[in-house]
Amino acid sequence: MILSGADIVVRTLIEQGSEVVFGYPGGQIINVYDSLYKYQDELRHVLTAHEQGATHAADGYARATGRVGVVIATSGPGATNLVTGIATAFLDSVPMVVVTGNVPAHQIGTDSFQEIDITGITLPITKHNYFVGAVEDLADTIREAFQLAKSGRPGPVLVDIPKDIQIAKCDYEPAQPVTPDAPWPAKDVRIQEAAQCINDAQRPFLYFGGGLVISGAQKELLELAEAIDAPIGCSLMGVSALPTDSPRFLGMQGMHGHYAASMAMHHADCIIALGGRFNDRVTGNRFKFATGAKIVHIDIDGSELSKNIVAAHALRGDIKLTLQKLLPLIRPTRRPQWQELIAGYRAAEASETPPEGLTPRNAILTLNRYLNENTPVATDVGQHQMWAAQHLVFHRCRRFLSSGGLGTMGFGLGAAIGAQMGTGERTVLITGDGSFGMNLNELATAVTNRVPLVILLLNNGVLGMVRQWQTLFFDKHYSNTILDRKTDFVRLAEAFGAQGEAVDTLEALDHALARAFQAQGPYVIDCAIGQDEFVLPMLPPGGSMDDIIVKVGD
Amino acid sequence: MNQYKYIIAVLVQNQFGVLNRVTSMFRRRQFNIDTLTVSETESPDYSRITVRFHGDPRTKHQLVEQLYKLPVVSAVEDMQPDDAVCRELLLIKMENNPASRSDILAAVEAYGAKSEDYTRDSIVIQLTGDTNRIDAFINLMRDYHILEICRTGVVALERGCKTIREEIN
Repeated sequence: MILSGADIVVRTLIEQGSEVVFGYPGGQIINVYDSLYKYQDELRHVLTAHEQGATHAADGYARATGRVGVVIATSGPGATNLVTGIATAFLDSVPMVVVTGNVPAHQIGTDSFQEIDITGITLPITKHNYFVGAVEDLADTIREAFQLAKSGRPGPVLVDIPKDIQIAKCDYEPAQPVTPDAPWPAKDVRIQEAAQCINDAQRPFLYFGGGLVISGAQKELLELAEAIDAPIGCSLMGVSALPTDSPRFLGMQGMHGHYAASMAMHHADCIIALGGRFNDRVTGNRFKFATGAKIVHIDIDGSELSKNIVAAHALRGDIKLTLQKLLPLIRPTRRPQWQELIAGYRAAEASETPPEGLTPRNAILTLNRYLNENTPVATDVGQHQMWAAQHLVFHRCRRFLSSGGLGTMGFGLGAAIGAQMGTGERTVLITGDGSFGMNLNELATAVTNRVPLVILLLNNGVLGMVRQWQTLFFDKHYSNTILDRKTDFVRLAEAFGAQGEAVDTLEALDHALARAFQAQGPYVIDCAIGQDEFVLPMLPPGGSMDDIIVKVGD
Repeated sequence: MNQYKYIIAVLVQNQFGVLNRVTSMFRRRQFNIDTLTVSETESPDYSRITVRFHGDPRTKHQLVEQLYKLPVVSAVEDMQPDDAVCRELLLIKMENNPASRSDILAAVEAYGAKSEDYTRDSIVIQLTGDTNRIDAFINLMRDYHILEICRTGVVALERGCKTIREEIN
């Protein structure tokens, strides 16, 4: 059938299985919005307050569901507002398709009104991007964008469409949703060498990141851990991939990871890394990182192998398929001495008696009682994010949504909205007053769309993570980290049409949560915490496990 | 780690903006590129980029893997100097004066170079060869008055009948 380019955009999104897209209209995408109007029964468009919020919403939707998130925006500032959200998705390998309008082709390159080179700007933060030069290419370009976004290591793909291409007409034939490239296992010889290395190890440790979630290799991971009697740790991107109470799971390791997980990794003689990139937040000083360990690294992206840490055995391939071939080669072994060491680390971690009252830890433990196994929890970035990663209890994969790689303050509210729409579950946002202040305009989106959100705002009046560094490493020079603001978050929530209340005791928080989990629409709990709460343990930046800070004196 | 020189041939799709995608990746990951040439190929679907850079084996591994992540890259070949014909082209403009003229022309003769332009005041010399040969010739010319230099960067083909297109997966 003969359709306009704008109709082809919307029809192709529908054809590719999109049910909800996020965006913001404007002059150079107005034709696509006209088509969204026409096809509103088949494709839901969620209008956000800001294009950045739309990208985070699409990102949260994709993280929570594993499907491709879709964003639509106009040219110029609409497009540049997407940049932080696209970069966030890129650094965390989130599948996303971004559609931008641009000025008509004959005006390209003339600095016309709201013209920007968005394909140039997003070159380093997309898997790939397209500038569509002919309406005949449009449908296939969008299909290819979906294909790329989903295949191998997922990521964002941008399609920039000049206005005249949206107006032009051509024949459109519906197609099947694209399927991602078939995953493949690592080479047999590499798997055999790795199996030998693992069989020879005395103190094996399994470390996984977001790649394990994408591969869906939880079952194989647990089988391997069982066979070799190894503890398991993860990076921030791995949180919620395994149930928190899995017997061998020590939790997140790294800069603010669990003591036992970090110690076990540091003292391992063989680290089996599954879909992680040995980020500096994981390793600390990489030259002092687990110096006695041989690294077996499995990743679908060959460029991650030996990028940060030299791998003794680099296995390029899908984690699940590779582990399935590796498992039969593994000699089941018990390692009582290693388990004894780990039990010691765990005991040391548990020996701390945490203070009572409304501490961040206790606030999150209280929240845990209200979460069901399907509740998605999004975070922003900073201290609250680390407390959340440390203390939240998860039962299901894809339920912890956090900006790991880019560390984007302001990510959480949009992500929570997207996750709620993707899962249909009441969603929690844990945030801080600094992060929340960045994109709180999306409260409007949540209210308009009656999104059931519980927003736990850990309010300490400071930019706590930077303040923590200033306390420890900058002689308490609190340069620009004291937020001398008079914001009344309860009235702010009410002004947006949401509900809110402020709490300053654990008991009050408990009651507030009870109300929030019954509420319709978003509910903000302004929870006062101390400004000198620390995220501990802490591996100082550039330090090794020998420098770990477990306690801070006065 | 030791620094080595590498020559990598990259077969890319012949599309607008491809060179920018490749060089942008080199820049943001801070690879030390010495020379880079782009050319048409036997097929209108592909262009060929030849890169010479220096680094250690890990850097080379990274560069190759990062290239493969670009959807526009169809094949990457690590050219081994012993198994490849690697050539650069040099144009060098020398001052022409009676004192140095015969020495310069003797060098041109000895190197099998050609003088492509000869005026009262200048000689433009063309030389093809591998990088070392061109470096050596320029070094020799430094004894005289060099007016201007322009060189192409390396192009390379594997010896024998194997082609880079066999690497396309």
